[in-house]
Amino acid sequence: MKKTVLALGAAVALAVIAAPASAQTLKTVKDRGVVNCGVGTGLAGFSIPDNQGTWTGIDVDVCRAVAAAIFDDPKKIKFVSLSAKDRFTALQAGEVDLLSRTTTWTLSRDTSLGFNFGVVNYYDGQGFMVRKKLGIKSSKELAGATVCTQQGTTTELNLADYFRANNLKYEPVTFATNDETVKAYESGRCDAFTTDASGLYAERLRLANPEDHVVLPDIISKEPLGPAVRHGDDQWFDIVKWAHYAMVTAEELGVTQANLGEMMKSSNPEIKRLVGTEGKYGEAMGLTNDWAARIVKHVGNYGEAFERNVGMASRLKIARGQNALWTKGGLQYAPPIR
Amino acid sequence: MTSSASSKAYVQNIPAQVLPPPASMVGVVGWLRTNLFSSPANIALTVVAALVAWWLIPGFVKFLITDAVWTGSDREACLAKGGVLPGACWAFVKDRWTFMIYGFFPVEGYWRVNLFFLLGAIGLTWMLWLNAPRRDLGLIFFLVILPLTVYGLLSGNNPVGFLTYPMDLLAGKNVAMAGIFSVLLFLVGVFVGRIRNTSGKTSLVYGVIGLVGLTAFGFVFAKLWAGFGLSQVDTAKWGGLMVTLVVAGVGIVASLPLGILLALGRRSKLPVVKFFAVMFIEFVRGVPLITVLFMANTMLPLFMPDGANVDKLLRALVGIGLFASAYMAEVVRAGLQALPKGQYEGAMAMGLGYWQMMRLIILPQALKVTIPNIVNTYIGLFKDTSLLLIVGIFDFLKAIETARIDPQWAAPTTSPTGYAFAAIVYFMFCYGMASYARMTERRLSVADKR
Repeated sequence: MKKTVLALGAAVALAVIAAPASAQTLKTVKDRGVVNCGVGTGLAGFSIPDNQGTWTGIDVDVCRAVAAAIFDDPKKIKFVSLSAKDRFTALQAGEVDLLSRTTTWTLSRDTSLGFNFGVVNYYDGQGFMVRKKLGIKSSKELAGATVCTQQGTTTELNLADYFRANNLKYEPVTFATNDETVKAYESGRCDAFTTDASGLYAERLRLANPEDHVVLPDIISKEPLGPAVRHGDDQWFDIVKWAHYAMVTAEELGVTQANLGEMMKSSNPEIKRLVGTEGKYGEAMGLTNDWAARIVKHVGNYGEAFERNVGMASRLKIARGQNALWTKGGLQYAPPIR
Repeated sequence: MTSSASSKAYVQNIPAQVLPPPASMVGVVGWLRTNLFSSPANIALTVVAALVAWWLIPGFVKFLITDAVWTGSDREACLAKGGVLPGACWAFVKDRWTFMIYGFFPVEGYWRVNLFFLLGAIGLTWMLWLNAPRRDLGLIFFLVILPLTVYGLLSGNNPVGFLTYPMDLLAGKNVAMAGIFSVLLFLVGVFVGRIRNTSGKTSLVYGVIGLVGLTAFGFVFAKLWAGFGLSQVDTAKWGGLMVTLVVAGVGIVASLPLGILLALGRRSKLPVVKFFAVMFIEFVRGVPLITVLFMANTMLPLFMPDGANVDKLLRALVGIGLFASAYMAEVVRAGLQALPKGQYEGAMAMGLGYWQMMRLIILPQALKVTIPNIVNTYIGLFKDTSLLLIVGIFDFLKAIETARIDPQWAAPTTSPTGYAFAAIVYFMFCYGMASYARMTERRLSVADKR
């Protein structure tokens, strides 16, 4: 018996993993051979394992893009599933190199917690779901409605702010858990259900008759979700930022997983700089010059990742909305690669 | 006599035919009368119970079996048809089965997990089946060989890699670690020697043999292991029922010996031993398991030197093991206190030393008395493993929780089905433990019934 503990203890304790010393994450990652990536504990469309335990989702694709850029292999990742409570300690303690877990970019997290947020891979925000037969087209028409929401969340506070700011009367009905809230809404206890818009689409699928319910287009709060890294390693921060920008730029230039081969031969200078046939932009980050081409090859461009995980090609069927490219009225904008 | 009896025509000389008991006392009716309708209060209880059963059971059967959806490839199969919601969505469990059992384990390594289940079943049977041959070997298999094999099998690391550490002494590196392990292996040899009742000097020879032999074995084994070529699977990829069984198994196996030592420590007459045992037990019992897990998971990494990182699963294992042993210590103490003082005094009067007294007289009786409590703690521990989901380990329940969120199976009945499945599996394991304990109690209580 003692031997059991001893054997397990000795063997695993000795397999102590060297976490990155703060300033050379890239080198540590290359030596280790995998990116340690902190993801969620299961959220549809963002990070969720399939029936063979393969992680998928739009947050997971950030990790895959970084691994693709470094190793040309999107599988060289150790996924660490982190709860909302553990996620910041895990990043601070060096257990993960990168946290990509529906984390809202806020001032305090960006500064006093010691993290760097550079990009937003999903613009989320609080929305409403109502029954179709009410004929409501905008949340401004919700005057006098009863609204189901979860207790003690920022959602509850945003809801109060929004109705007060718009001088509308409403009656909040709160529940301890998300499941209870949805059940109450479905049973007709409330006229509307509110949570983050991405969550509304996922919950809608679990109702008995999803077609009878509609997610209103208005978003009443700002929830910019993006990957975070530790303070103190600018090179690593650049790599994570530009992995996302490369995907956005690829979409902007029409470079997709399918046409990458042709695009490598393109004479368009912008495309040439992206795929690395011109300039030494990858080397400036400590990567190879075809870094962005590797990302597109393995993960696709931003639009492809979006549609596959949360968009029309997925079951969530979330519209691009704020996550459309800046050229199409959205907020996704990448600085030029030059 | 016979002739005189037979001469009286009115005396029956063959025994009267035995009449069957009244119809109301035998068979189904008799059973019902004695067990269900023996008194007015019993009749009332029976009626109430029957009504409750009549009210609940058809609903369960309808949901779980008759109305259930057994086949399908996605949520469409389990959606309402013509406005009528179907029953349990077993197609979902069938589709997500592999994730619920194996978690993130690489698909090509499933056989390793299956082998783990098989070896565990063999070890358990060997230990628990009373008529099994060579149960002493079974114990060694269960406590030493099985854990090492399972560790090697699941992680892909050489499970006895530590045996080769003494060789570092020759090379002059890692001196501290190599020294510690040399002494440990030496002690193992001495210990084996003592079991075989050797004298002091021969024990030392056994120690040297142990040190050299085990190191040589480790060296050879390391070569063989490298030849196997099992791929390494990080514990972050362990999940599902497999991780639940690993954690519960380690907790159950670790908590009894540790608990016994702590209980003896708490009743010890040595003040320092007693103080530490009491401190440990009271401190651990004073905090919820969830706090222990959070401590192990969230705070420990902050105390560790920069760059060092202990495996997440190991942290949880240590947390659960220590937590369970504190509870087990109190359970064992209850057994120790149940024994009359005369047992201790009798043992001492026989001239037995402390450990002999405990091993031969006290513990066998104390543990027997407290079997129901021990199993109670085990069952609690088994179910407590579901708290691992809070520290981000995908145990069986968390795997189901995650699977039910997947939009591919988002349907109104998916969650109830997942939870029903979890309940059935947990029940099977816990009921198994409870049944075995009842059998053991019956066997051991033969003496009391005499």
